[in-house]
Amino acid sequence: MTTVSMTVNGKPVSADIEDRTLLVYFLRENLRLTGTHIGCDTSQCGACVVHVNGRAVKACSMFAVQAEGAQVTTIEGLARDGKLHPVQEAFRENHGLQCGFCTPGMIMTAVDAIRRRGAMDRETIRYELEGNICRCTGYHNIVSSIEDASKKMSAA
Amino acid sequence: MIPYNFEYTRAKSLSEAQTMLAKNPDAKLLAGGQTLIPTMKMRLANPSALIDISNLEELSFIRASGDTLTIGATTKHGMIAASADVKRMIPALAHMASHIGDPAVRAMGTIGGSLANNDPAADYPAAALALNATIKTTNREIKADDFFTGMFSTALEDGEIITEIAFPKPDRGGYTKFCNPASRYPMAGVFVAQTKNGVRVGVTGAGPGVFRVEAMEAALAKNFTPDAVANVAVASGDLNSDIHATAEYRAHLVTVMAKRAVEQALAA
Ligand SMILES: Cc1cc2nc3c(=O)[nH]c(=O)nc-3n(C[C@H](O)[C@H](O)[C@H](O)COP(=O)(O)OP(=O)(O)OC[C@H]3O[C@@H](n4cnc5c(N)ncnc54)[C@H](O)[C@@H]3O)c2cc1C
Ligand code: FES
Ligand code: FES
Repeated sequence: MTTVSMTVNGKPVSADIEDRTLLVYFLRENLRLTGTHIGCDTSQCGACVVHVNGRAVKACSMFAVQAEGAQVTTIEGLARDGKLHPVQEAFRENHGLQCGFCTPGMIMTAVDAIRRRGAMDRETIRYELEGNICRCTGYHNIVSSIEDASKKMSAA
Repeated sequence: MIPYNFEYTRAKSLSEAQTMLAKNPDAKLLAGGQTLIPTMKMRLANPSALIDISNLEELSFIRASGDTLTIGATTKHGMIAASADVKRMIPALAHMASHIGDPAVRAMGTIGGSLANNDPAADYPAAALALNATIKTTNREIKADDFFTGMFSTALEDGEIITEIAFPKPDRGGYTKFCNPASRYPMAGVFVAQTKNGVRVGVTGAGPGVFRVEAMEAALAKNFTPDAVANVAVASGDLNSDIHATAEYRAHLVTVMAKRAVEQALAA
């Protein structure tokens, strides 16, 4: 057992965990932040994407002990004062989800891409979504949502 | 997917990592974890200890000096893809890095981890071979020609840590790959590099390990155009056959990718 401490969605957290605890299980089971999903066994689907020190990473492919001392943001940490994050709002407006399983990962990936690139065209958005799989939408409206959010956020 | 348990330590320095590795032959280095962790989740690897070197500042850098580009072992794919120095010195290497996996994999995965792992379908080994890179370790310097010794195997000895990779700047370079549509790893990826000393061609994905194609190198040394390799075939006998593609199909892909890599090198 190891005591791990980090900041998750702005709050300091600490727990005794086995070293083999994946970050995704730490978030879901220790902290009960179940917005971060597990969609595959092969590190390919992106349903588990969170931000560690500002960068989008797959929480299923990282041990919680690797995030010792880090700033972690999950989908639960995006809304501010009861107001959706602009990327969340854009998914709502553009019908960017169906079942919603992939959505937290899609949004965390999109927020990171917009931070790096600002406004994006559709081709760039599809390139940035390489590691996020959706079984429902056919991606069209996900791309539209991110395009919309990236333009609005860069104009703001 | 829960791996066997192990003991995790974050190394504070390279020498500390070396000492820990020497003490426990069952320990493994953890860099980006983008190969090791999925493998541990499948329980195909079960080290008793992990020594995390990903936070070692001394191994994370990109240095351009004269005609040599030197990249620290724990430098992440995303940093290499975005580096102005890499884009200026070896644009094909930046291009390659920008197409490894996806953004989240590139935010964690490292060049040293990729070379040490030597997956037969990994991208960097083709670049290291074609660019005639030198792999520096805690013990010595190893030429790329001597480093890759077969499927998932390298010249690294127990306890040896890659510290940096030195790439001589080529006059021209190009890399193209044809990806497996599911895993996105290359089924054939070809890196061509032209220097004053000639041309080198490195192929990944197609065979059990990365290899050079001397017939293409000779043809391109005489005439550096896509047409020069259009009729140079690699023997399919040594290539992989699986549910994704036959060896003959992979052999065909190597020629097509080589042509496109030359086109890219000429366009750069
Ligand atoms: C979804 C997905 C898609 C991917 N797609 C691609 C792709 O298209 N092309 C591609 O090339 N790769 C791909 N990868 C693999 C990725 O590039 C890995 O990052 C890389 O292969 C391993 O680097 P790492 O830093 O993650 O190493 P780790 O997983 O941490 O380590 C790998 C091995 O190398 C050893 N090691 C690490 N660093 C050193 C060192 N400095 N010295 C000695 N030994 C060391 C470790 O002990 C371990 O055995 C993909 C991975 C995923 C999860
Ligand atoms: S659960 Fe992490 S990539 Fe699928
Ligand atoms: S909305 Fe169902 S998986 Fe994407």
